[in-house]
Amino acid sequence: MKERLEALRSEALAELETVDSPQLLNDLRVKYLGKKGALTEILRGMGSLSAEERPVIGQVGNDVRAAIESVIETKQAAFVAAETEMRLAAETIDVTLPGKKPEAGAIHPLNKVVQEIEDIFVGLGYTVAEGPEVETDYYNFEALNLPKDHPARDMQDSFYVTDEILMRTQTSPVQVRTMKAAQGKPIKVICPGKVYRRDDDDATHSFQFNQIEGLVIGPNIRMSDLKGTLLQFVQLMFGKQAQIRLRPSFFPFTEPSAEVDVTCSQCGGDGCRMCKHTGWLEILGCGMVHPRVLEMGGYDPNEVSGFAFGMGVERIALLKYGIDDIRHFYTNDLRFLSQFVRM
Amino acid sequence: MNVSCKWLSEYIDLSGYNGGQLAELMTSGGIEIDIVENRNKGVTGVVVGHVVEREKHPDADKLSVCKVNVGQEELLQIVCGAKNVAAGQLVPVATIGAKLPGDFAIKRAKLRGVESQGMICSAKELGLNDKLLPKEQQEGILVLPEGTPVGASILDVLAIADEVLELDLTPNRSDCLSMLGVAYEVAALTGRPVTLPQAGLNDAAEVASDYVKVAVEAEAQCTHYAARYIKGVHIGPSPQWMQNRLMAAGVRPINNVVDVTNYVMLEYGQPLHAFDADKVEGGRILVRLAGEGETMVTLDGQERKLEPHMLVITDGANPIALAGVMGGANSEVTDATVNILLESARFDGSTVRKTSRQLGLRSESSARFEKGVDPARVIPALDRAAALIAEVASGLVLDGIVQSEPAANEEAKIAVSIAKINGYLGTELSRLEIETIFGRLQFGCEVSSDDVFTVHVPSRRGDITRDVDLIEEVARLYGYDNIPTTPIEGATSPGALTKPQAIRRELRKRLTNAGLHEVISYSFTHPERTALFPDLTSEATPVRLALPMSEDRSVLRTSLLPQLLETATYNRNRKNDDVAIFEIGSVFHTDEAELTRLPQEKHRLAALITGNRIGAKWNRKAQPADFYDAKGIVEAIAETLGVTGSLSYEAAQPEHFHPGRTAAIKLGTERGPLVIGYVGQLHPSVQLANDLGDTYVVELELAPLYDQADFGIVYKALPRYPAMQRDIALVVDRDVEAGALSAAAAEQAGALLESINVFDVYTGERLGASKKSVALSLVYRHAERTLTDEEVTELHASVVSKLEQSFGAELRK
Repeated sequence: MKERLEALRSEALAELETVDSPQLLNDLRVKYLGKKGALTEILRGMGSLSAEERPVIGQVGNDVRAAIESVIETKQAAFVAAETEMRLAAETIDVTLPGKKPEAGAIHPLNKVVQEIEDIFVGLGYTVAEGPEVETDYYNFEALNLPKDHPARDMQDSFYVTDEILMRTQTSPVQVRTMKAAQGKPIKVICPGKVYRRDDDDATHSFQFNQIEGLVIGPNIRMSDLKGTLLQFVQLMFGKQAQIRLRPSFFPFTEPSAEVDVTCSQCGGDGCRMCKHTGWLEILGCGMVHPRVLEMGGYDPNEVSGFAFGMGVERIALLKYGIDDIRHFYTNDLRFLSQFVRM
Repeated sequence: MNVSCKWLSEYIDLSGYNGGQLAELMTSGGIEIDIVENRNKGVTGVVVGHVVEREKHPDADKLSVCKVNVGQEELLQIVCGAKNVAAGQLVPVATIGAKLPGDFAIKRAKLRGVESQGMICSAKELGLNDKLLPKEQQEGILVLPEGTPVGASILDVLAIADEVLELDLTPNRSDCLSMLGVAYEVAALTGRPVTLPQAGLNDAAEVASDYVKVAVEAEAQCTHYAARYIKGVHIGPSPQWMQNRLMAAGVRPINNVVDVTNYVMLEYGQPLHAFDADKVEGGRILVRLAGEGETMVTLDGQERKLEPHMLVITDGANPIALAGVMGGANSEVTDATVNILLESARFDGSTVRKTSRQLGLRSESSARFEKGVDPARVIPALDRAAALIAEVASGLVLDGIVQSEPAANEEAKIAVSIAKINGYLGTELSRLEIETIFGRLQFGCEVSSDDVFTVHVPSRRGDITRDVDLIEEVARLYGYDNIPTTPIEGATSPGALTKPQAIRRELRKRLTNAGLHEVISYSFTHPERTALFPDLTSEATPVRLALPMSEDRSVLRTSLLPQLLETATYNRNRKNDDVAIFEIGSVFHTDEAELTRLPQEKHRLAALITGNRIGAKWNRKAQPADFYDAKGIVEAIAETLGVTGSLSYEAAQPEHFHPGRTAAIKLGTERGPLVIGYVGQLHPSVQLANDLGDTYVVELELAPLYDQADFGIVYKALPRYPAMQRDIALVVDRDVEAGALSAAAAEQAGALLESINVFDVYTGERLGASKKSVALSLVYRHAERTLTDEEVTELHASVVSKLEQSFGAELRK
C-alpha cells in the first residue's frame, strides 16, 4: 500500500507539472484529492491493515496529500497572479492626458491686493472701516483742512454732483467719519475703497481707482511710530529686505507730511528701469494728523496725536505683478483675470 | 518754478553743488525736483562775430556771402542763408570745429562754389527754446545787442552754461515761487548766508504824489496798494542778461518795462504791473469790486464780463486791470509809452483764485496771489523794479511811494516746547540742535527757562501758523531719515474685519472656487444703461455728474448688470466665449432729481454666465450654461451664508428678462418675504442687442443677507437610528412646479420627514405634451427610535394621496 501511495504521489506531481489552466488544475484536484479521488480510493484499503501498520501508512497518506496540495496551491497562486497582471495590463491608460480639474475663477487682482493689505493691518490690530463713495464737500475736503478755495484743492480735480456733493477723491472722509463716531476714543483703522478723480485715462492714470488709508489716534502717537508702522507694513508686504525712505511733502490734513519710498522690488535697490535708476519706488503718502483735523474730528490736539497714511492700490498691484497698464484692471479681459487664479 | 543755478548764485554761494546735487539736497528737504535741465544743449566753439560786409552770393539768390570779424586776425568768409543778415550786425558764429546741438560739427564747406568758414546761427540752432524767444528773434539769425564783445563765447553772452531746476512745489511752499525764497531754502539746508538785491534809487526833484492818487475801496480784498511813477522811459528790448534770465525761468522777454516787472516778480515773488501812466485818467487809482454787468478788455484782447465778486483796478471810472490776474488793454504799455505807473499790491488770494478760475485766466501773477505773497515784499519789490526800470529803460523815478495804508501785519510768534517737539517726532533733540535749525531758517527765537521756544516766523513763510508747522521745519531739516522707528506704545487692540467685509470675502472665495472670475467695473455709465433693468433699480433716478468726461460716463450705476453685459460682450468679441463672472460693488439710488442729501449706496452682488459652463474636453462633452447654473450660484451663496432655509424662488417677469426663465429671489424676514433680487435668463432681444448667446444673470441685494448671515455653526448629532427611503414618480400637469409638490409633501409628512429631493424630471411622448413626471425621493427618520415599516408605509401613503388630491397627480407606473 505504501508503494501505491508513493506511485500516486509521483504520478500526481508529474501530471500537475504540465497543468496550464486554472480549470485543469481544479480537475486534477478533484481527480487526486476529491471525495472520490485517487488518494481516498487507496486509503479506503486502510481497514485491512494491522494496528501497527495503520498509523505508519496513515502518515504516508497525509504526506502525499500535503505534497499534492502544496503544489496545487502554488500553481493556483501563480494562475491568480498571472490573471491579475493581464487585467491590469488591459486597464492601462494614458496618464499624460489632461485631468478633470475643477475650474476655478480668480479674485480680482485689486481685491487680492486689498485683502492682503487688510490682513497685514488686521494682524497689527487695526479694524477696517468703510464709507460712502458719494460724499459731501465737508467730509471730503473741509473737515480735512481743505476749505473751499484752498489752493491745494487743485491737487485733485473732482467729479462734483452738486456744489456740496461729489465723488470722494480720497478715502480720507472715512477717517473723519470714524473720528466723529469714536467720540474721542483712540482709533486704529484702515479704510479701503474706490475713489474718483478727474484724470484722462492712460497707462498710469485712471479716473476711478482704489485707495487704502490708515489712521491711528491716541495719546503720545509719534512720527517715529508712523515710521515703525510703515516699515513693518512694507516688510510684510514686500519682504524682509524692504526698507523705507521718507521725504518731506505736503498734505493739507497732515503736518509734518511725507512721501514714502520703498526699496525697488525689481532690483532690490540697485537701480533699474522700473525705479528710474533710483533704487526706490514711491508708494505712500503719510504724516502726523493736522491738529485742525483732530479738532474737527472731536479731539483735543493737546491731549492726543495721530498719524495717517494712504496708498494707491493700483500702484501697488502694478508693481507687485509687473503689470504695464492700469486700464487692464477695469477692462476685465478674462485672459488677464485668469492669470490671478493662483495664490 | 524754474530756477537757474546761475541766477540763484547771485543770492547764495552755490559752490560745491552742481544742479544735480542741489536738486538732491532740496528734494531731501521737501522741495521736489524731478528735472534738472542743462541749458547748453551741446554748443561749443560759437563766438560773437561782427558782420563787416554782406554781399549777395554770385550764384544763389537766397544766399549771402559775409565777411565776419570774430576777433581773429583775418576776417572769416561765411555763406549765410538767413534773410535778415546785414552788415554791422553782431551775430553768433559757429567757427570751423564748433559743435551745435544734435552733435552737429561745423566743417569747412563750399556752398554753390563759395567757400564758407563757419556758420552764422539762429537762436534755435543754438538750442534756445523758440517759444521763449522775443518775437523778432524767432526767425532768421540771432542778432545780438550793440556792445556785445566780439570774439566772446556765446555760452557767456547767452548765459547758457547753466542748469535749471524744475521745482515741483507743493501748495504750501509758495515762498519758493521766488528766487529769494529758494535762496532762503538753500540757506536753511546749507547754512550759508543770503545776499539780498539792492534797489539803488536816485533822488528826484518831482514827487510821485503830484501825479498819482491811490484809493482802496475794497479793503478786504486789497490789503495794500503801492505805486511809483517813472517818467520818460524809452521802451525797447531789455538787456541781454535780463532776457537770458527770463528765458531760463521760462518767461518770454517782451520789452524792457514789462520784462522788469516779470524779473522782479521772479526775484521777489511779488507780482507787479506797469500801466502806461498817460492812459490812466488823472493818475487816479481806485481799487474796488466790479459792478454788476461791468465789462473790460484784458491785455489778450478778450472782452471779459465781470461779476461783483471780482476785484478791479480803475482810474476812478473804468477798469484798467483785473487785480492780480491781468492788465487791461486800455492802459497797456506800448512802444509809445513814456511814463509808467508801477503797481505793487497785495490782493486777497481767494478773490484772485475765484476770478481767474471763472474767467479761465491763469497767469504767473494769479498763481502767486492765490497761494499768498509776502506782505513785507510789496515795497522792496516796488523799489527794486523802479530802480531797474530807471536802469534799463532810462526813466526817472519820481520821489516817494503813493500807497494805501497797509493792513497791520503782526509778526507771527509761535511757542513750542522742546518736549512737544521730541514727543511729537519721537526724537531726542537738544535745545542747541533745535536752536541751530531755527537759526538756519533765519527764524528769530527765544528760549524760556522751561525750554519753551518762542519763534518769530518771518512773513515770507506764511505757511507756518502753528506749533506743528514749526515741528515740521525741525523734522525736515533734522532729516526724516534720522527720526527713529519705534513701535506704538500703550494698549494693543484686536484687529478685525466687519461682518459685511468678512461676508464679501467668503462670497468671493466661494464663487471663485465655483469657477467664476471676479470683475471690477466703472461706477460711471451711460444713462441708457441705467434704464435697462428697471425692476432692479426700483424708482431710482440715476445720479448725474455735474461735468462728466463723456456721456458714456455721466451717471452713477444703478445696477451692476449692465456693465457685466458689457464685460461679457467685450470678452466674447475677443473669443473668450465662455464667460462666468461676478462683481460685488455699490449701486447708487436716489429719488431726488437734484441731490440735497447723499444717495443711497447699496452693496450688490451680480453674476453672469454665458457660453459653456463646462467646456468640452477630450473625455467629456461641453455643458452649456443654463438657468440652473445661475440659480446654483444663488444657492451656493445662501449655503455659504447659512440662509438656505430663508430663501425661496418664485417665477417672475421683470423687464428685459426671459419671461419663462426668471425667478424672483425672496428672503424671509421678520417683516415677511422680501424680494432681494432676480435670477434668470436675459430676454433674447437684450442678448441680441449685446451680441450675446443665451446669458444667465443674477443680481442680489447684500444688506438683507448681511443681517441674516449666520456664521455660528452648531453641530447636530449624527443620527443613531436608521432612515427609510421611499421614492415616488408622479405624473402631473406640466405647469405644476416641483417646488410646490415638494412643499406639499413636506407639509403632509411632518416631523418624520428628514429630506425630500427631486431626482428626476421627465417629459416625453408617452406622457403626452401637457404632462410631466416628477420623481421624488423622501427620507423618513425618527431621532429616538427605529421607525417601523408599517408606520412609514402609512405616512408615505398619506403623502401620495395628498399629492394626488392637491395636484391631480398620478403615480407613474
